[in-house]
Formats: sequence, C-alpha cells, structure tokens
Amino acid sequence: MKKKLFVILSLLLLAVLALSACGGSKFECEDEIGCVTYGPDEPIRIASALVISGPNTDLGTDSQYGVEIAIAFKETVLGHEIELQAEDDGCSAEGGQAAGQKIVSDPTIIGVVGTSCSGAGVPMSKVISDAGYAMVSPSNTAPSLTSPDEAWNPGYLRTAHNDKVQGKAMAEFALNELGVTTAAAIHDGDPYTEGLARVFADEFEAMGGTIVEFTAVNKGDTDMRPVLAAVAAAGPPEFLYYPVFTAEGGFLTKQAKEVSGLEDTILSAADGMISSAAAEAVGEAGEGMYFSGPDLSFSGGVYEDFIAKYIEDYGSEPISVFHAHSFDAANMIFACIEEVAVQDGDTIHIGRQDMRTCLYATSGFEGITGTLTCDEYGDCADPKISVSQLTGGEYTPIWP
Amino acid sequence: MLQRLQNISFLDIALWALGAIIIFVVIWGTVATLIENPYPAQTWVETVVAGIAQGSLYALIAIGYTLVYGVLFMINFAHGEFFMSGIITATIFLAQPMKASGFLDAHPVISISLIAVTAILVSVGIALLTERVAYRPLRKAPRLVPLITAIGASFFWQYFFRGLYGSEVKSFPQFEALAGKASILGIPILKSHIIVIIAAVLMLIGLYFFIMKTKVGKSIRAVAENKDVAALMGINVDRAVAITFAMGSAMAGIAGVLFALVFRQVHFFMGFIPGIKAFTAAVLGGIGSVPGAALGGFLLGMFESVGPGLFLEGLGIPAPHQLKDVIAFTLLVLVLIFRPQGILGERLAVEKA
Repeated sequence: MKKKLFVILSLLLLAVLALSACGGSKFECEDEIGCVTYGPDEPIRIASALVISGPNTDLGTDSQYGVEIAIAFKETVLGHEIELQAEDDGCSAEGGQAAGQKIVSDPTIIGVVGTSCSGAGVPMSKVISDAGYAMVSPSNTAPSLTSPDEAWNPGYLRTAHNDKVQGKAMAEFALNELGVTTAAAIHDGDPYTEGLARVFADEFEAMGGTIVEFTAVNKGDTDMRPVLAAVAAAGPPEFLYYPVFTAEGGFLTKQAKEVSGLEDTILSAADGMISSAAAEAVGEAGEGMYFSGPDLSFSGGVYEDFIAKYIEDYGSEPISVFHAHSFDAANMIFACIEEVAVQDGDTIHIGRQDMRTCLYATSGFEGITGTLTCDEYGDCADPKISVSQLTGGEYTPIWP
Repeated sequence: MLQRLQNISFLDIALWALGAIIIFVVIWGTVATLIENPYPAQTWVETVVAGIAQGSLYALIAIGYTLVYGVLFMINFAHGEFFMSGIITATIFLAQPMKASGFLDAHPVISISLIAVTAILVSVGIALLTERVAYRPLRKAPRLVPLITAIGASFFWQYFFRGLYGSEVKSFPQFEALAGKASILGIPILKSHIIVIIAAVLMLIGLYFFIMKTKVGKSIRAVAENKDVAALMGINVDRAVAITFAMGSAMAGIAGVLFALVFRQVHFFMGFIPGIKAFTAAVLGGIGSVPGAALGGFLLGMFESVGPGLFLEGLGIPAPHQLKDVIAFTLLVLVLIFRPQGILGERLAVEKA
C-alpha cells in the first residue's frame, strides 16, 4: 500500500515538473551567471545602498535623491516602470555587509547604486560580486576599490573620481597655490580616508614637500587632542589634511585650534565633509578651511532640469556633492538594461553577466558629470577636482 | 603548600604569563619612548590634562553604572543614552536658540545653569521612565532578562532621539568666557578642561557624601545590602531604586553638559562609546563601588590619552593613537587577571554574585 502511494506521488511530481518545463516561456537563459526576468506588469527593480542614517546622512541622502530623480526622468525602461529599493550602507563595513546581504537575497534586483562610503564598499562589493550582481558607486573614491590587487571585485564600478586624482590635486593646491612646504595628514582607518591621506602624503613628498606626521584616529573618537599634540610636536606643519567624515572632522577642527603649535596651521579636509551638516559641525573653527572635492561646476540643460527637479522635490539646493554622480550611475544601469535585455512579448530577460560586460564596456557615455568611459576595473569617472573654501557657512570654489 | 600549588590551574598560569608579557611590552615601550623623547614637555602636559578631563567624564558616567549595579545587580546598558538625551535636548531647545539671540554671550552664567538644569531634568526623566516601564516589572526575573532589556532600551532611546531631532551632528555653541586657555602655575590649560575637572570632582565628592551621610543614602545602601531585609526595616525599596536611578542619571546629565562644553558637538549616537568606556571604567574600579568608579574613570581617561604616545610610540608602531581603545581594554584585561573584583571592588559573597 505504502509502495503504491509512493509510486503515485512520484509520477505526479514528474508530471508537474514536465508540465512546468513545457508551460514556461520559450526563452532559455544562456548567461553564465543567470538571468533576471520581469513579467509584463512587473517593475524593473534596482537597489541603492547609501548612507541614510548617522552623521553622514547628508552625503547618502543627496545621492539617493540623484537616483530618485534619474528614475523620475527616465520614467520607464522598455515599457517597465522602475522601482527603487533603498538600503542603508551605514558608512561602515558592517553596514555595507548587511546591505549587501539584503540586496543579494532579493533575486529581482538587477543593479545597485552604492555605496556612499568606501569603507562600506569593500565588504559589500565582495558580497555583490559573489552573488553575480553589479554595482555602480556614486561616491566611493578609495583607490583600493578599483585596484585588482586590493579590494576590486568583478561587477564593481564607480562614477566617482579615484582619490589618486583628488589626493594629487590637493597636494598641488597646497604646494603651488598656498606655497606651504610642510604638511601632516590624519585618517581614521576607513579605506576612503586612509587611501586619500596616503595619496596626498605621497604626492606632496614627490613634489618636494615634507610630510612631518602621517597618523590616524579612530572612528567614534571624540578627544583628538593627544593625536593633534603629537602632530604639533612633530612639526608643527603649515598644512594639515584630514580627509575624514563629519563627526570626527568636527572634533579635529575645533580641537586643532586649541592645541599649542597648531594655531596657525592651515586646516583642510575632503569631500566627505562638504555638506551643510559638516559646515555646522566645524562651526566657527572651520572658518577659512579648505576642502577638496569633485568640481560641481556642471553645465548643460540636463543639469539645470536636474537642479530644478531637486529643489522642487526636496525643497533645497543639493545638500552634498555626489547627487550628479549617482544620477549618472543610475542612468548607466538603465542604458545597459536597454542594451542587453531580451524582449519576449512584454516580458524581459536580463543576463547578469551581459549586464556586467555592458557596464564595463561603457564608453563615451554623456552624463552630467562629464563623458564617462569605464576601464576594465570599473573606474568610469571623468574626474575634475576643485578646492573650496568655507566662509560664513558656505563652500566657495576657489581653485582651479 | 603542595595543596595550594595543586589548586593553581594551567589557565591561571597562562593568564599570569599573558599579564606579564603585556606589562613587559608596556615597560619596554615606555623606556624606548623616554629615550627617544619625541615630545616636548608642553605636549605631555596637554595630553595629561586632556586625559584627566576625559577621565572625569568617564567617572561621572561610570557612577551611574556602578550605583545601579550596586542596588539591582544589573548592568544598565541604556545609561549612555541617559547621558545623551539630556544634553541633546538642551542643545536644541536652549543652547542654540540662546546663542542665536545673543542671550548666551550676555548672560553666560544664567545660560549654563539653565542648560545644566534642563539636561539633568531630561536625563533623570528618561531614566525614571525606563526604570518604571522596562526594569521594574522584571525585578524578580532572572538576571539575564533585565540585561537584555537594557540593551533594547538603549537602542530604543537612540533611535527615539534620532527620530525626534534628526541624525545630523549638532553643534553646541562656544561660551566666550570659556574660550582659550588660562595659566595655572605657569602652565597654559584650556579653560573648558579646568571647568570639567573641577565640576566633576565636586560632583563626585557631593555624591559620596550623599550616599554615606544622608538618610536617603543610607536607605540606598540598605537596599543594596539586601532588598528583603531593607523592606522589613520599613524602607520603600521601589523608591530607593528610583532615587538610585535618578542620582546616576543626574550625574550622566551633568557629564553631558561638560562633554558639550569641551567638545562642542552633540549627536544622537554620542552616548554609545562613552557608555561602553564608562562601563569599562566601572568594572576597572570595581563595579558596585562609588570611589572605584571614579578612580576607574580617571585611570581609563589617562591611559587612553597618554598611553599611545608613551607605550606605543617607542615601539615604532605607526599611527599609535588609533590604538587607544586597545590600550583601554588591555588595561581592563590586566586588572581582571590580577584583581578580578576590580581595583577597589570587594569580593562579593556567594549569595550576592
């Protein structure tokens, strides 16, 4: 009796399997990694993984607005609407890991715009890469992320500049424009801050300057006086570069003014601290500080429409610097979907490897931030760096 | 004699060896640094004073951990949030508007008093609410239960205040009277550091007398000794516990104000790390002991501040200041190896532990 039941059940199971195999579409996925299929009324799903909590919220929220505007402008891709799943990278390794795991557990997501912070990008790009997905970061700038010997993973690209460019620009600015000869750099152990500080220090020395101290603080530290006193004792330097984030940068700026020896040192930081929140955090102590960052003097009709839409939807001028980069990142993904998707009536199939190949082959892509051409390790930016000065709570571009 | 030797386990020997190695490395690093002598005297003075100021903040926060532990034998992980809640509220509703209107610079003493009172009231309010809602119903539960609840309460308050005030860093205005340095015995020291150290020491002495000399303090000590017997003696246990929470969180509220005076920056997450550090300080000094918490706080602040430059610089370690947390927690490990009850802690009787 039992045997009979078993045979019947097995036959039923076989029948079901056979039916489902015949009953499906004619499409056969030949992609090495696999395909994503969107049915007739299903939206195309992309994810963002940007920092939307904590002291660096401005940085990520601004980028997320860029993605949302890109979706609003695009309206549909191949007749499908676009749906955004917004995740938080927390601007930390743990946050990046968690956001990555959450995204790859959803098989309907075709591409990711993220992360904001390089520190989150390192673990997340591994997770995303292993799962066969593709990600385009609007604001990771650490050199290691596109260096195959370090943290690069297949499927990772970025529209932000590589900090090899930013660090060099800041060193040039300090030596040639300000005429200083001694400098110190402080990072917080994050891949972004460490990479940028390292490039700055190397370039500064290569151009004939002297680095008196290259040191680090911890994320979450509040009392920076011991490390600043060590910097002062080593020089004191004429120029101090600390490309860190808002909270630590605020403490460093205020306390640098109170450490003997550093009263006349010129203070400077980088794009992680160009935001209204960072301007408030440094307060009066940051008056006259210099900041390196992407050159935002974009032009063209699309950018004007973008800014108009930004102000209309979010009620303010852009609150940080990478909104245009994330707009371009999202559009790169849309362009590739359109290129590689196989249409089958109203259903579309997208191969994940095709998607990656297409993204890396991006060439001469006209974005807001310039003409983007990706190299084999995913550096797509058309990098232009400028230096701004903070006066009266406003960042004013002064160089080049 | 042989009996005693047999009682020493392999683990004890391994721990002692670990402790000996750490101490050796510390001494070696210190000697190397002193020979190399990379810093002028002024740098050492600044570092030491910064360490004492940071240590006073740890001490004030650590008091809250130790008081609650002494009475309830629970680790109140939400204590860092009591610290944050008061000052973040006072910054937004008092300090920033007062700075904008010019009142702060015109009447600095009134302003700072108002800010301090508000911060204390909010901190105490949050603490009493947490105690009433989250801890009191669990008083008879196994000890792990309130511990986990405390972690939950900590997250709740963090994200409650994030939702309320936003997640940006908020700047606390500079008091003109406290800007710059004053000279003490010919050594220039930041005025804000002087205020923090004096205020912290006064608060700690005041609290010690409150616990040891007043009737209410006596009732708290009685409850700490044995809740059931204290209740039989006519002491209202719930009231004593509530007062304990109020005292601890008032200290945390003051610590918040002092933190803001020194660092001039507040944030919803600012309580987390000082909370962990102050807990470390409380364990270091001997949890349950008020003078122990104060001593632990000062020691921890000093080691964190002076340690990287003194112990690690000489060993040629790059970026030593990044390792200050390693020093703080290594100090804790060392103390726990050689004196598990903490520096001033008493060995707890079996029934209490």
